[in-house]
Amino acid sequence: MAKPKVGFFSFTSCEGCQLIVLSMADRLLELIDAVEIVNFREASTYKGEDYEIAIIEGAISTVREIDEVTKIREKAKIVIALGACSCTGGVNVIKNFKNQNIIRKEVYGEQAYEFDTILAQPIDAIIHVDYYSRGCPPSRDGDELYEIVTAIIQGRKPYIINAPVCVQCKMQDNVCVFHKERPIACLGPVTRAGCDAACPSVGNACEGCRGLVDDPNLTAHEKTLRENGLETPEILKYYRMYNGLMEVQK
Amino acid sequence: MHMQSFESNVHHITRVEGHGNLVVDVKNGELKEVRLDIVEAPRFFEPMLAGRRFPEAPHLTARICGICSIGHTLASIRAIEDALAIQPTEQTIILRKIALEAEILQSHVLHYYFLAAPDFVGAPSVFPLAISHPEVVKRAVKLKKISDDICREVAGRHPQPVSIQIDGFTNLPKVADIQVLVDRMKEALSQDIPPTLDFFASVSIPAFERKTDYVALTSPDEYAFYSGTLISSETGEISARDYRNKVKEEVVLHSTAKHAKGPFNPYMVGALARFNHNSEQLMPQAKAAAEKLKLKAPNYNPFNITIAQVVESVHNLERMVMLFEGLIKTGLKDERAERGVQGWSTKLPPIKKSWGVGAVEVPRGVLFHEYKIDDDGLIANANCVIPTNQNLANIEEDLRAYVPQILDKSKEEIIFLLEMLVRAYDPCISCSSHLLEVEFVS
Repeated sequence: MAKPKVGFFSFTSCEGCQLIVLSMADRLLELIDAVEIVNFREASTYKGEDYEIAIIEGAISTVREIDEVTKIREKAKIVIALGACSCTGGVNVIKNFKNQNIIRKEVYGEQAYEFDTILAQPIDAIIHVDYYSRGCPPSRDGDELYEIVTAIIQGRKPYIINAPVCVQCKMQDNVCVFHKERPIACLGPVTRAGCDAACPSVGNACEGCRGLVDDPNLTAHEKTLRENGLETPEILKYYRMYNGLMEVQK
Repeated sequence: MHMQSFESNVHHITRVEGHGNLVVDVKNGELKEVRLDIVEAPRFFEPMLAGRRFPEAPHLTARICGICSIGHTLASIRAIEDALAIQPTEQTIILRKIALEAEILQSHVLHYYFLAAPDFVGAPSVFPLAISHPEVVKRAVKLKKISDDICREVAGRHPQPVSIQIDGFTNLPKVADIQVLVDRMKEALSQDIPPTLDFFASVSIPAFERKTDYVALTSPDEYAFYSGTLISSETGEISARDYRNKVKEEVVLHSTAKHAKGPFNPYMVGALARFNHNSEQLMPQAKAAAEKLKLKAPNYNPFNITIAQVVESVHNLERMVMLFEGLIKTGLKDERAERGVQGWSTKLPPIKKSWGVGAVEVPRGVLFHEYKIDDDGLIANANCVIPTNQNLANIEEDLRAYVPQILDKSKEEIIFLLEMLVRAYDPCISCSSHLLEVEFVS
């Protein structure tokens, strides 16, 4: 594909994904050379409608957003979901497990009915997605997005690892958090790698922001969490941080 | 001359962590209505927090805003530490201050270079600017990269920090890496800041003044970002714990962002409010920068928020050099924060029913987090008051005062100036793009 036109779009999110794109610094200038950015609301006035690649951050959580994302799909040849909110619904899905009428009233009082809000969903609940650049924020400072865009330009399949976080965690020489003197609950065994185990590598544990790996061994993982002292409500809350919709996902 | 009549609808000009529209209705030279519609999808973070374990709050609330994710993390941690009477070590506080100033530097550089500069040179965005003014973009990228790297070194990552925790850091920077960052900041202060100041000294700031209530944190020890008491130029100084006496959130039907108003009048938070209260405490090069940019406290022109950000960014660099050099001198103690399977360390005091407030200055102004924690360590109740929400009522007041002063200008000029005014508040990064849909009432 010769110098494709790219549009960036944003739905329910913290907009940190587009910040990652801006943080790609030197590579951003390179990217400007290789693609034509026609729509980037965060950074540009010009709003072109002639994009071929749509890069979308954010979950879908209003009726208006369903219409908008559907229109983007109609125009774009290729859709890339960027970040946890777009790929799995992200933390937005936590609200789905609460009574919607009650939480609306909590935040907006008696006028709650005035506000357009529905259950939060990943964009692939509404439209077909061609590529996923996962993570909260998108992993390894946007490397994965860069790989996807480069692969599209070069007409090849992007290389994206399909293994649990544990594989990359071992490669970082980390002591397993379940084997520490004071174990930490970790979602690494069931979460898709690609982040170089960013969180366990700095003394934390994986919270599953990249979504579940293909064919996760959830039974064994649940057993490990229980052996380490977690009970059902905590385990569910843990899974529901980023993966509340796991049971309906591919 | 015909009397100006138009209705202008500026879609997606401004956002509170999202999308916003500016609506201006002028009939026969008279201003009928000015309104800032916030149409961002509601996020429901406060109910999301309820029932979760308190150590999850910093991680979750960081996701309110990517640009201010360190600020949210720190406001959240400080609210929890206030509730549970946890006193972090001096080293922890210094590292937190560095992370916060790095994030403020990053946000300011993004706003004044990537978002405001294109306006000043008449470009639609930073992308064509890369070709027409490559030196400006290279400087911006260099400054932004410094702040990115400091955040990565201290906080583990940006946006969405990983190593900043309750009661400390799970990972500590290495002295050798800190030294490299100090050298880079010193180089930026001597090579990149002077041309930055030349650039912003040359831009023309629209003439407009409206005195309002300026609200910021203030501290006798330093130009306050991390902690302090809450000062208002109208109602004086109060403890940050009593913030509800100053801040009341109201549901406004045209906005999914709740407007926050002082008990009497709209007020301003952010770089200019901080500068107006605390400019005496700026570091020397930042003070000189203010002088060069002709910014003197008190200043009542909201367009100068951008200029105050330039001054603060110089201060941020000087402060981080100073704090880092202090750490290099004393060496870093290996006092890493622990967390257990429940999410909190056994080193913490007993978890009990408690209440706390964390107030932190983030790029766009003072941010409050308030939590009630129950005996099991679950969050019973949460309240987060975002700077942009606090500024909304004040922006509308500014627009009301400003429109009548510029009605003799063309429709395009009026819209450009009004957008520029809204953008000066830097409501969030994407608000700075501007797509107009203008309808004239004939």
